Amino acid sequence: MADQFTISEVCICEAAKVWKDDGEILATGIGLLPRIAVGLAKKIHNPDLMMTDGEAFLIDQPHPLGVGAEPCVDGYMTYSRVFDVLWSGARHAMVTPTQIDKYAHLNISSIGNYAQPKVQLLGVRGFPGNSISHRNSIFIPNHSKKVFVEGSVDMVSSVGFDADDVEPLIGKVITNLGIFDYQGNKNTLRLLSIHSTSSLDEIRDNTGFDFEIFSTDETTNPTKDELDIIRNELDPNNLRSSVIGE
Amino acid sequence: MNKVITTNDFISKLEDGMTIGIGGWGARRKPMSLVREICRSNLKDLTLVSYGGPDIGLLSSCKKIRKLIFGFVSLDLIPLDSHFRNARQSGELPEVVEIDEGMLQWGLRAAGMNLPFLPTRVGIGTDVIKNNPHIKFVKSPYDDKEKLVAMPAIKLDVALLHVNESDEKGNTLIFGPDPFFDDLFARAASKTFVSTEKLVDSTSFDKEKVANYNRFERNLVSGIIPDEGGAHPTACNPSYGIDLDHLKEYSKSAKTFDEYQEKYLFVDEATYKKNVGGIKSITSIPLTKF
Repeated sequence: MADQFTISEVCICEAAKVWKDDGEILATGIGLLPRIAVGLAKKIHNPDLMMTDGEAFLIDQPHPLGVGAEPCVDGYMTYSRVFDVLWSGARHAMVTPTQIDKYAHLNISSIGNYAQPKVQLLGVRGFPGNSISHRNSIFIPNHSKKVFVEGSVDMVSSVGFDADDVEPLIGKVITNLGIFDYQGNKNTLRLLSIHSTSSLDEIRDNTGFDFEIFSTDETTNPTKDELDIIRNELDPNNLRSSVIGE
Repeated sequence: MNKVITTNDFISKLEDGMTIGIGGWGARRKPMSLVREICRSNLKDLTLVSYGGPDIGLLSSCKKIRKLIFGFVSLDLIPLDSHFRNARQSGELPEVVEIDEGMLQWGLRAAGMNLPFLPTRVGIGTDVIKNNPHIKFVKSPYDDKEKLVAMPAIKLDVALLHVNESDEKGNTLIFGPDPFFDDLFARAASKTFVSTEKLVDSTSFDKEKVANYNRFERNLVSGIIPDEGGAHPTACNPSYGIDLDHLKEYSKSAKTFDEYQEKYLFVDEATYKKNVGGIKSITSIPLTKF
């Protein structure tokens, strides 16, 4: 066991595990930490994963971030093809919504009144389709009531557990405070573990709705192997340190 | 048939209130010189359809858009477009149809296939449906009886695309790693105008090149505008990458747009290219690593 590690590294190691039993599917990590996590997943948990170079190709091995190494291309994955794959269900993404609520609705569209938003964000992108087609795990770098909102998110960009005809496929929710899923009674948010730097009180104070407690155990520490791969191979310039203020 | 036209010819084919689709994706291979020509024109009340990047930002700040049909607006390396954000947050963008990117694809595809709609599950259970009451449902006529979204065709009056090479007949080649949805835009449109990095003689096309890089037929192309560097500040692989410095200047200009307009829009395209450092500096922008 390594003696020193950061919460970013804990999150990356836990995030990587979400793809462990997925078999031969497309893994998409949107954002820096999820992207490192996909690389780690492919290196140690599931070598069969397909991953992209962020542009139009599948790559056989993750390339180090910010180093500009030529990736080893072993397939083609244009945006058009991403839709062909995702509608078949053969994909598991990790995304970072700006808001999430008790129904697991995600919002990346806008904050405030829709007609004239207080804050315009990206737009729904592929979230509506992703949420009913394949599993999505969530990474939240800033666990707070602004993110885990009371009531409903401002613009429902993905299906939630309150929908009549469809059900979202939500995997793990990994935050800077702890690990969760939506497998509580009637798909309630459920706490699975707490990071060593946080506490149940802190999580309660920063979550805008009730959640179940499955466990208050401390989140598993990263192993030396995991840390070596993250530090030496996937993110040698420590870009990960900028994601979570710690 | 020689379809090569000038930018003035191009603008003269457009009318107020038209529905215009713009190819490319985010900050990648956008027909930006054609977009700038629209900014310089008197055209108004346009409906825009785009996998949005700085094309939508610029047209927002120039108040050319009456209605925007989109899934996102992003500058790729800079996640959000400050011009588009301003337009939405100030209430200056009169109407938005915000839909899933896949629905956008489906709408363009339906138009290209001459169908009224294509069925999909995408959108169900989200505010995309709530905010767009014009999008209706259909019930599967088969035993499953499933309720599906009937994504309506998005018919375009005009599509604008940027390619690497074209001959004067409109045989185009796109060398970038991702052709995006340009072919669907061309098929959904009554007329397609294409700006090209190079005007070439098609007798130089070899079979293998055509098989890999010719993404739609020349009969869909109405006009060719030769324009090296025409995608700037977006990328046009393999010739040049995204001009991040320019996008930063552009982003900052959302609040002080006059200055940006003065330098880049109240001048003709040749002067624009000079003001961004000249064509040599555009084509030496390294390819973007994602």
